[in-house]
Amino acid sequence: MKKMKVLVSFVLVIAMALTMVSAAVAEGALKIGFIGPLTGAAAVYGISAKQGSEIAVEEINALGGMQIEFNAQDDEHDAEKSVNAYNNLMDWGVQLIDGCVTTTPCVAVSAEAFNDRVFMLTPSASSTAVIADKDNVYQVCFTDPAQGAASAQYIGEHALATKVGVIYNNADAYSTGIYQTFMTEAANQPFEVVIETTFTDDTTDFSVQVSAAKDAGAELIFLPIYYTPASMILKQAESMEYNCTFFGVDGMDGILTMEGFDPALAEGVMLLTPFSADATDDKTVSFVTKYQEKYGEVPTQFAADSYDAVYALYQAMQTSGMTEANTTEEICEAMVATFPTMTYEGITGTMQWAADGTVSKTPKAVKIVDGVYVGQ
Amino acid sequence: MKKKTSKEFINNAVTYLLVIAAFLIVNTMKEAGMLTRSLTGQLIPICAYIVMAISLNLVVGISGELSLGHAGFMSVGAFTGAVVTASMAAAIPDPTVRMIMAMIIGGIAAGIMGVIVGVPVLRLQGDYLAIVTLAFGEIIRNVINCLYVSMDEGRLFISFNDPSLPGKLLINGPQGALGISKISTFVMGFALIIFTLIVVLNLMNSRNGRAMMALRDNRIAAESVGIGVTKYKLMAFVTASVLAGMAGVLYAMNYSTITAGKFKFDTSILVLVFVVLGGIGNIRGSIIAAAILTILPELLRSFNDYRMLVYAIVLILVMLATNNEHLKQWGSAFKRRLFSRHKAMKGGAEE
Repeated sequence: MKKMKVLVSFVLVIAMALTMVSAAVAEGALKIGFIGPLTGAAAVYGISAKQGSEIAVEEINALGGMQIEFNAQDDEHDAEKSVNAYNNLMDWGVQLIDGCVTTTPCVAVSAEAFNDRVFMLTPSASSTAVIADKDNVYQVCFTDPAQGAASAQYIGEHALATKVGVIYNNADAYSTGIYQTFMTEAANQPFEVVIETTFTDDTTDFSVQVSAAKDAGAELIFLPIYYTPASMILKQAESMEYNCTFFGVDGMDGILTMEGFDPALAEGVMLLTPFSADATDDKTVSFVTKYQEKYGEVPTQFAADSYDAVYALYQAMQTSGMTEANTTEEICEAMVATFPTMTYEGITGTMQWAADGTVSKTPKAVKIVDGVYVGQ
Repeated sequence: MKKKTSKEFINNAVTYLLVIAAFLIVNTMKEAGMLTRSLTGQLIPICAYIVMAISLNLVVGISGELSLGHAGFMSVGAFTGAVVTASMAAAIPDPTVRMIMAMIIGGIAAGIMGVIVGVPVLRLQGDYLAIVTLAFGEIIRNVINCLYVSMDEGRLFISFNDPSLPGKLLINGPQGALGISKISTFVMGFALIIFTLIVVLNLMNSRNGRAMMALRDNRIAAESVGIGVTKYKLMAFVTASVLAGMAGVLYAMNYSTITAGKFKFDTSILVLVFVVLGGIGNIRGSIIAAAILTILPELLRSFNDYRMLVYAIVLILVMLATNNEHLKQWGSAFKRRLFSRHKAMKGGAEE
């Protein structure tokens, strides 16, 4: 027994010592680190984004030339774990970061990356807090304010409704961020917001919110929320025989592939997204085909954004003449100089960046018809 | 009696020495650059979790009440600390002084919450504290999700559900506290652990502490000799809340952002797991369990997708191992043998 205990403690000490020693640096490949929720409640976004990036990495490596070594770390959608994941990547010798996928962890990690001078390009963390006061953090997705304002303008310009209801999650940074700018822009638009109702992460029954919107006579309900609660709202509206238009933002993307959800319920839902998997341009078709072959599902906007993130980094590396032999800091400074000057054509649109890290690309409105996105 | 006191003294001395030795070793390694970033980055959260575990142990182990909302107090401390440090940035430029101020104010704020929750509930018998603290943690989280605090020209503005405040937002509803200046250091974390140990160990070995334990072991007997139930339970509960608030300040000042969602029920349970695995009522055990269980998920990163599964299995194994009769017998036999050898040597010297 005693021997056993000694043995066990010996093994544990060795295991600990091994993990404390930094991993040996492999030569000849650019090290791109990825941080996102691969487990936990937000895992669906992180896994999609990781798979999108992996396809881009495979394609780039198949081209020959600069090779990429890709390392994905889980952050469980938690700021503390995300900083841990970031430190882990730093130990690995990361040169560029593709991440984080979700907003709150990204705010924590971007502050660290700013101090350490590591260039970060986030595929989908959309809050302005992510890029605020940091010259080396850029976004592939729209910022929350841009989405809220664009949605209000779209609804106003296309005269989709005169009475609009809003249901949003007031415990979620993403949702409140979009809601706030939507309301600001809505004041300038020819429609009236007749009702605003809220829910929190724990809400599983939306009958109160949906019936309040019905009673207020809303013709269109704006849902600046993720697709899981949105699917429940659609179900509840269906059971109340409440026929109105639902208008979502990029968090709604993924609803069609959700397990246990009847796509018929989403018929007629409109959403603002930079990516639609049914687009016919060569790049999108090739990406969607590869993604389906490899993972057996239709890629979401998260996968597309993350795919673009890797390619944008690759393009900026080539434009600036940097190679994997340069240090992380040299690469960071070169990226900061290159990104605002370059134009990147990706599957989520043609992108240009401002020096503050925001992207400009055109949002596409799509409508779900017969279970697929149809561009408007 | 005297012998018992000296045994307690040795026991406490071992705890202090363990913490100090661990700090010295880790700090030297850190200064020498021998630690990985991954481990260095976790030092302050580990300190915060250790303080959380010790303070929860005071409630669960010493006063015998179950608290399921300990993270709520941490949250109160964290957000108070964030506002205090941001608003005092101009008045007190020295980060150490500012941090100490934030810890005191954060601790007091959490302590007030502790009184509010504790006074009505600790008068009741049964598991009411568990239910109320569970609710308290959720209430705090939802209140902070609606809370907006901003600062403009030295004045603080507070509102609920309305972000249109003048000046710079310090707490922005569900986005939490943004732009925190990171002023926590490992030395401060260590100082807070030592402070917590002094408070908790002295309280345990005091007259008040013995009254708490008497109440825990047999409430009726304790009451019959004139020990006031509410007073002592409240003393333990409020002390634990204050310490949790301070841990919250330490934790928050280590990240540039902090959200209310972090201090969910899950975090309360995590701290309770530290206490249970370390041994209820065993302060040293809480320290070790908190440190190991915080590092463990990071050490398991190489398992990728199976990480959380392995973590759960390790928890179960530890639980089985610590409750295994054979191991326990072996442990006590080992202790006895050491002790008897010690005695024999002592006897030999006397002869």
